[in-house]
Amino acid sequence: MQVNENFKPLIVAFCCNWCSYAGADLAGNNRLNYPAEVKIIRVPCSCRVNPMFILRAFQRGADGVIICGCHPGDCHYTSGNYFTRRRMSLLFSMLDYLGIERERTRVEWVSAAEGAKFAATMNDFVAQVTALGENKRLEDLRCKE
Amino acid sequence: MQRIGVFVCWCGTNIAGTVDVKKVAEALKDEPGVVFSADYQYMCSQAGQDMIKDAVKEHKLTGIVVCSCSPRMHETTFRKTAAAAGLNPYMVEIANIREQCSWVHKEMPIGTEKAIILGKAAVAKVNLNTPLIAGQSPVTKRALVIGGGIAGIQTALDIADAGFPVDIVEKLPTIGGKMAQLDKTFPTLDCAACILTPKMVDAGQNENIRIFSYSEIEEVGGFVGNFTVKIKKKARYVKEDICTGCGLCTEKCPQKKVPNEFNLGMDNRRAVYIPFAQAVPKVATIDPNYCTMLKTGKCGVCAKVCTAGAIDYTQKDEVFTEKYGAIVAATGYNPISMDKFDEFAYNQSRDVITSLEFERLTNAAGPTAGKLLRPSDGKHPHTIVFVQCVGSRCSHDAEKGKEYCSKICCMYTAKHAMLVRDKYPDTEVYVFYIDVRTPGKAFDEFYRRAVEEYGVHYVKGMVGKVTPEGDKLKVLASDLLADKQLKIDADLVVLAAAIEPDKSARPLATMLTASMDTNDFFTEAHPKLRPVESPTAGVFLSGTCQGPKDIPETVSQASAAAAKVIGLLCKDKLTGNPCVASSNELMCNGCSSCEKVCPYGAITYMDKEFRMPDRTTKLRRVAMVNEAVCQGCGCCTVACPSGAMDLKGFANEQIMAEVDAICK
Repeated sequence: MQVNENFKPLIVAFCCNWCSYAGADLAGNNRLNYPAEVKIIRVPCSCRVNPMFILRAFQRGADGVIICGCHPGDCHYTSGNYFTRRRMSLLFSMLDYLGIERERTRVEWVSAAEGAKFAATMNDFVAQVTALGENKRLEDLRCKE
Repeated sequence: MQRIGVFVCWCGTNIAGTVDVKKVAEALKDEPGVVFSADYQYMCSQAGQDMIKDAVKEHKLTGIVVCSCSPRMHETTFRKTAAAAGLNPYMVEIANIREQCSWVHKEMPIGTEKAIILGKAAVAKVNLNTPLIAGQSPVTKRALVIGGGIAGIQTALDIADAGFPVDIVEKLPTIGGKMAQLDKTFPTLDCAACILTPKMVDAGQNENIRIFSYSEIEEVGGFVGNFTVKIKKKARYVKEDICTGCGLCTEKCPQKKVPNEFNLGMDNRRAVYIPFAQAVPKVATIDPNYCTMLKTGKCGVCAKVCTAGAIDYTQKDEVFTEKYGAIVAATGYNPISMDKFDEFAYNQSRDVITSLEFERLTNAAGPTAGKLLRPSDGKHPHTIVFVQCVGSRCSHDAEKGKEYCSKICCMYTAKHAMLVRDKYPDTEVYVFYIDVRTPGKAFDEFYRRAVEEYGVHYVKGMVGKVTPEGDKLKVLASDLLADKQLKIDADLVVLAAAIEPDKSARPLATMLTASMDTNDFFTEAHPKLRPVESPTAGVFLSGTCQGPKDIPETVSQASAAAAKVIGLLCKDKLTGNPCVASSNELMCNGCSSCEKVCPYGAITYMDKEFRMPDRTTKLRRVAMVNEAVCQGCGCCTVACPSGAMDLKGFANEQIMAEVDAICK
């Protein structure tokens, strides 16, 4: 694979409103840096993330997708993150089968108090996806302008 | 087509320092639907909000995008602004270009580029926003307080004083909690019982308060304003309404060898008991684990002596359901187990005790009637060693103890040391500490009195080992300031055990869907600005279940929680969250997938008649969402195989549009 030194991945992060989005806010409050390649979409709960959204992101050229939710047992809606965990492990293994490496997808639990963990997770994930290079597998060229 | 106005906030230099706000406003001008775009120093200020209102009128805006701080900060502000300008408040979206952009990125071009993309995503979403109207739900004007310690009692009294009915659920046979076990209280040396028991009596006699003692919470359902709670009243085998609390049964019961938990097992009680003289309700309870009648069917002494006829061996646990508008958790604390602290020989010698046991030893109603005597041989101790921070402030890697400071130990140890020296001047008292922490009104003065007036030996250093030898306890310790090892022959060692949340708090938090921190203390909605509310609406926190606290702090927090509850119960109706699920009946095939994943039971099914193309009608089973019950998590939207279920405010199309905008 051709390694491009200037490659900047495009990362879509889905964050639940109650824990991870607040964790991301806390990272901001504490001025903890992470790469600007990460773009956050707010959802009420990680279980709101439809596999369709992830497929769409890869189709539109995203290089990595990360879903962040409350820690198991701490879901604001009691059980949402358990559904996320099951759904995503299925989806990610299917994506892997389709050629989207497992390293491009991730589910992470970040609480509202874990600003440092949010920043560290994003740094790590961006580095991981950068190492893999551009995602071509599901990309639909018709989506490119 | 929407007519969208974009408003980019500078937030002083908070945003403008890393993001070229003018460029962002310029870049968003040509996005689909955008008819107006501007920037301003402080969008949340009155002038900034007026600017939005004017623009709505002037440009006939139907949607608003504010590029500013986190929606968790000012979403409500801008929704109110929109409503004031005549727009539906849910036509506002926030692009978070402060917490998630300017504050985490350092370079202007990178920050600006990301801010533009976040702005585009918000514009894409607003293009698909629809006006939403929040439903209203009535408020049940009754509060539930879980836990009957000083925190729960104070909260209940304050709510009752405001005229609202309130129930206290206490798992023990009496209210009073830990404070009832204490002897004196720092820094004033008031007698704990003297200041607590009048409050207990108040609570017992207040016509707005019902006390469910010896009861536990089984199940919590519903939501703010409309909780449904199942309460289990454990069988106490005594009819509460008939028992006069005369105590005759507790004197005549032949089963005398039951460890008395109120005195922490330092003496015995009978199988039928009243925990202490001032118990509220003052009603006897039969302990089924020890009662001979209940275990073997032979005895019945208590029933014979009871002149009121209150004993009922056939009583069963009773589960009943009550409705509440607000719930207050006041589950309190316990000292941690000393099992892992072998170095202090707690399990080897009865003369190594915890501070709470020391409270009982010095209490006039305690096992020694207030005389300070060694538990092993009943002799007066001449040398007492107090050890601070046992299990508090432990390192993260240590397999025992807690990382946090238990907050109350420094002060109660100073109190213990002072009281011992006051009553028994012939006793030498040593206190081993890491730091002495006295941040409170008249606290440091109190500690200095212990050292200066009462001659308590404070030694900076930890005790390494306690070894029982003969009738002495050999204490090995280091004096860090003098840099030497100390060997003390002590008669009594008192451990300031760390405090931890009561074990019942974790399952309760799960029932309440209230979050907890890693130490199992309840999390507050905001650590500074909303310290007595849990993040779950309608659930409030009182006392040490939220973090270590002393009595004055507990009481102030208890009253604060009560004020919040009263504020809620004063309302006749609550405005709900309109971002709830809705099902498209034409697409729903009645498969029940959504119903199975809904954590609130908000989805029901009904048979509905549909007109077919050939003018016949057909009965089909379709999902219906109860909007008052749905909390808007969106789990059902993903479970729905036909795509009939969607979430208002976070619709599939809207999130997809955001994905597209970000990935463009």
